[in-house]
Parts: sequence; structure tokens; C-alpha cells
Amino acid sequence: MSVDEKTVRRIAHLARIAVTDEEVPHLQGELNAILSFVEQLNEVDVDGIEPMTSVTPMTMRKRQDGVTDGYCVDKILLNAPAAEDNFFLVPKVVE
Amino acid sequence: MNAPVNSKKLIKGATGDWEIVLGLEIHAQVNSQAKLFSGASTEFGGDPNSHVSLVDAAMPGMLPVINEECVRQAIRTGLGLNAQVNLRSTFDRKNYFYPDLPQGYQISQFKSPIVGEGEVIVDVSDNETITVRIERLHLEQDAGKSIHDLHPTLSFVDLNRSGVALMEIVSKPDMRSSEEAKAFVTKLRTILRYLGTCDGDMEKGNLRADVNVSVRRPGEELGTRCEIKNVNSIRFIGQAIEYEARRQIGILEDGGSIDQETRLFDPGKGETRSMRSKEEAHDYRYFPDPDLLPLEFDQAYVDDLAQHLPELPDAKKTRFIADYALTAYDAGVLVAERSSADFFEDVAKGRDGKTAANWVINELFGRLNKKGEDIAASPMSAAQLGEIVDLIGEGVISGKIAKDLFEIVYNEGGDPRQIVETRGMKQVTDTGAIEAAIDAIIASNPEKVEQAKAKPTLLGWFVGQVMKSTGGKANPQAVNELLKAKLGIE
Repeated sequence: MSVDEKTVRRIAHLARIAVTDEEVPHLQGELNAILSFVEQLNEVDVDGIEPMTSVTPMTMRKRQDGVTDGYCVDKILLNAPAAEDNFFLVPKVVE
Repeated sequence: MNAPVNSKKLIKGATGDWEIVLGLEIHAQVNSQAKLFSGASTEFGGDPNSHVSLVDAAMPGMLPVINEECVRQAIRTGLGLNAQVNLRSTFDRKNYFYPDLPQGYQISQFKSPIVGEGEVIVDVSDNETITVRIERLHLEQDAGKSIHDLHPTLSFVDLNRSGVALMEIVSKPDMRSSEEAKAFVTKLRTILRYLGTCDGDMEKGNLRADVNVSVRRPGEELGTRCEIKNVNSIRFIGQAIEYEARRQIGILEDGGSIDQETRLFDPGKGETRSMRSKEEAHDYRYFPDPDLLPLEFDQAYVDDLAQHLPELPDAKKTRFIADYALTAYDAGVLVAERSSADFFEDVAKGRDGKTAANWVINELFGRLNKKGEDIAASPMSAAQLGEIVDLIGEGVISGKIAKDLFEIVYNEGGDPRQIVETRGMKQVTDTGAIEAAIDAIIASNPEKVEQAKAKPTLLGWFVGQVMKSTGGKANPQAVNELLKAKLGIE
């Protein structure tokens, strides 16, 4: 499997990464190198083997239901480029 | 899938009949104190960005930890939908960019949901019941809220809702009319409220529906569907479906074809309109969330939850019909809300079920509905209404006086039995007193007495006069019998 230039631009757009025309061939090469490595991995027969989710066998820790966090609007907005009345402000997004 | 076509559900087009095919995705906010993956509050209406933790704001390095109550509620809901509960499920990331989604992805369950196939029995009308199959139920995060009308060029973003747990309940395309879809959502809401897993408050957006609409010629393959997003009232669901189905039929009959797309319902105009122009927006690139291990629990846990489920509406309805001899319709009205059903049972316990149902539904609900209030707002307790039913049963008051008594208790409160005593509302069963009243009326209306001999229907007029002169307190049956005897009417 390999990607063409159009796919590279599409992936960049979906990830909201600005890519210049000059960068596209280079990225295409990098992505195809990664994909060919994955193809090598695909040669391993993993039929009937459950995908591994953790190196050590463990179950997911669960939290009890209770309010233990929040009420820190100053911290939340600290890095916001723009804020007003404790709201984040962003360029208008209306569909 | 190709169930027999119900010709009554078809829509007449210019070129023949069309069948609507509907599937729903319901987003139901899970009843919990804290969010799905953080300890921030789920409470509605806090100050902007106050119910937000660093996890909800997607600050770098923050990790999600699942709230066990949300898991418990999702399992209970699955059980209430007669669905398969999966002992192992996984979380995936659904990737898209929007300012109210700070992570850049929504944590959802794409590949392996916590709940699989189930079904809901839906009463569409008095004599029509359908089964709507459930495809799946999965847990996912809600997004924040954007407000667009506070500034000409900027949107305001509040993340209070961001990360609140939602259950997305997906139906199979088993509905064939807007009525069926509305009845399904109503029933699902009732089940959720009985279980206490979602409050079903559509005004607050705690229950909202995406409606998939397509049309086809009866018996043919499924048509291309459009998805109407985020419809937030049952009435709007009906309006959106009606509009959308006719829009699609119009296009197809003009020789066009339907584009699969997401549409929005505009309640003001009563129409749907296209929401996203680029299909690309649908490329969510799901992949397993590396921050979360698989969600696992054992069958014993599920069995324990199943054992402690409350009686659900279908079972309650069956029991009401069997135990209280109610009609299916009355039982259906009473079980629609758990609080109404409980109120009815308190009134009916040890009394005649049918009489109790009549008073609860026709008088009490009737009064409350006029003001748009529900049973919680009732100024009358079940004990008070029960006592009125008792007084009728004991023959202390007539049905007509009972209505007056109901008015007094409803408006002023008080002990019904005492009110009957102090206000002299007792039914007169003493034939002597009734006879005296009858004699007086006969004496002063000789011409009517003559007419009544030829025209027995005049009896009603006499009954009315007697009731009037006794202040409505005469026992109507006794009045009838005595009058017939005195007037010589058979």
C-alpha cells in the first residue's frame, strides 16, 4: 500500500496541518516508508491472537462517582488566546 | 428487514405510493454526579467553564479515568432494553475538529460497544404495537457548547458539558411513520426514566435524537438516507420526518436522486436544511484509544444489576391490567410516568381499581394537564383522592357530589370525610326526605305529570328537579325508582 500526493494533502487537511506544495513529495516519501514497514509487520501470522492492549495483564481502574475536580476556570482559560466572561472566544464557527 | 408493507403507513406521491423508513440514534445523558472520564460536575447551568477539569479541557498529559457509575447505568439501560450486555468493550477515538471539542476527538465506542442488540415494544395507538430492534448502545463523551449570537465575528465556547457521559442508543431502521418514531422515543424516554439512568429532559438537551430518513417504493430496497441531527423535542421529531420524507419524495418524483447528507431541522420554519456540504467532514478516522484499557466486568455483576432493576413499564402495565382490571389504554396512560403509576397504586390499593383509575386519569390528570403540570405538582395527595373514592364506594356521597368535593379538596385541601360532614354533602338515602321532595314537585307541575304519562323520557326532567331541590344530595338511584313509581312510568 502506498499513498499518492492527493491523499497526503487530504490527510494534512483532516489533521488541520498546513502543508506547502514543496513539502508534499517529501511527506509522501516518509508516509510510504512507514507504510512499507507496516506491510513487513503484516507478514507475521497473528490469526487467532487477541490484540494486546497492555504489556502487563491488568484491568482498567475505575473511579467512584463523585465531584472531585473542576471549579478552576482561571487555570482552564490561562492559555486561551482570547476569553471573555469566562468563555473561550474563537473565530465564528457557524455551519 | 422487508417486513410486510403496512398500506396505511404509505405516503401518496404524484406517481404512486412511498414507504418511509426511519432509524433513530438517541443521545441520552447518563445520570451521574461526575463526568465520564473526569471528576468535574455534570450539573446543568453552572457558570461558564466552571464544571471543567484539566482533563475536560484536554490539557497535555491529562489522562481519562472512567466513572464506574456511568458503566453501571449503561449496563442497567441495556438490561432495560432487553439487550445483550458485552462483558468486554473498548473505547475508540472519533476524530474531528470543532472548537467545543478540545481533545480534537471524542472518546466513543465504535468497534465494541458495551451493549449489543435488544428490543423495545412500542404502543403506537390503542390497537397497534410494534417492536423496534435496538442495534447497540455505547458510552461516549458529550461535547461543549458554542454560542454564536453574542458577538459578530466570534463564537463563545463553554466546556461545562464537555466530557459528560452520553449513552448513544441506535435503533434498527424499523419505523415506518413519524407516529411510530414519536412513540418509540416516548417509550424509550419512559424506560430511561423508570431506570433512573437518564432524566429524559429534552428541553435541557439531556435527550436528543438524530433521525435517519429514507423513502422507497413499497417492497423495494432501502433508499439513500439523510440524517437529521440533534432534534430536541418529540413534536419536532415528527415535524422533521414529515418534511424530510416529502422533500425526498419530491426530488425522486422529479427524476432526481438523494444525496446522503447531514441535515438540520429548523423548528421556526418547520423544514430541514443541509448542514455540511463536504462529505469529507465524515472521515472520523476511528482508532482504539491508547489511554484506555478495555472495559471489563463479570456476569455476576450484570446479574446483580438485573436482579435489582425496578419494575419496568411493560411489566407494570400487564400487572395493572391483571390486578386492577384496567383497560390497556388506561394502564398505558398510568404507566407512562413512574410517579403517576405510583400515585395511582396508592389510590387504588384496597379499593376498586377502575374507579381509582377514572378519578386519577379523568379528574386529576385532566386538571393538571390543563395547566401543563405533572403529578408532582398535584395539590391533592393519593390519600385524599383515595378517601373520596371510599366515600363514593360507601354510598356516603353521589358521583356528582364527589366532583364538587374533588374541587374543594383540590383547591382548598383538607380531609375529604370531614368536609363532607361539615358542609352537609352527604347523600340523602332517606326515602322519606326524597319522597317529600318528589311530592312537592309533582304537586306544582301537574301538566308535566300528564305529559310524562305519554312521554316517559320526561322522567329525566323530574330527576333533575328533585336533584336540584335536594342540592344534588339525593341518591340518584332512589330518586329514579321513587319517581317511576309515583308517575306510573315503567
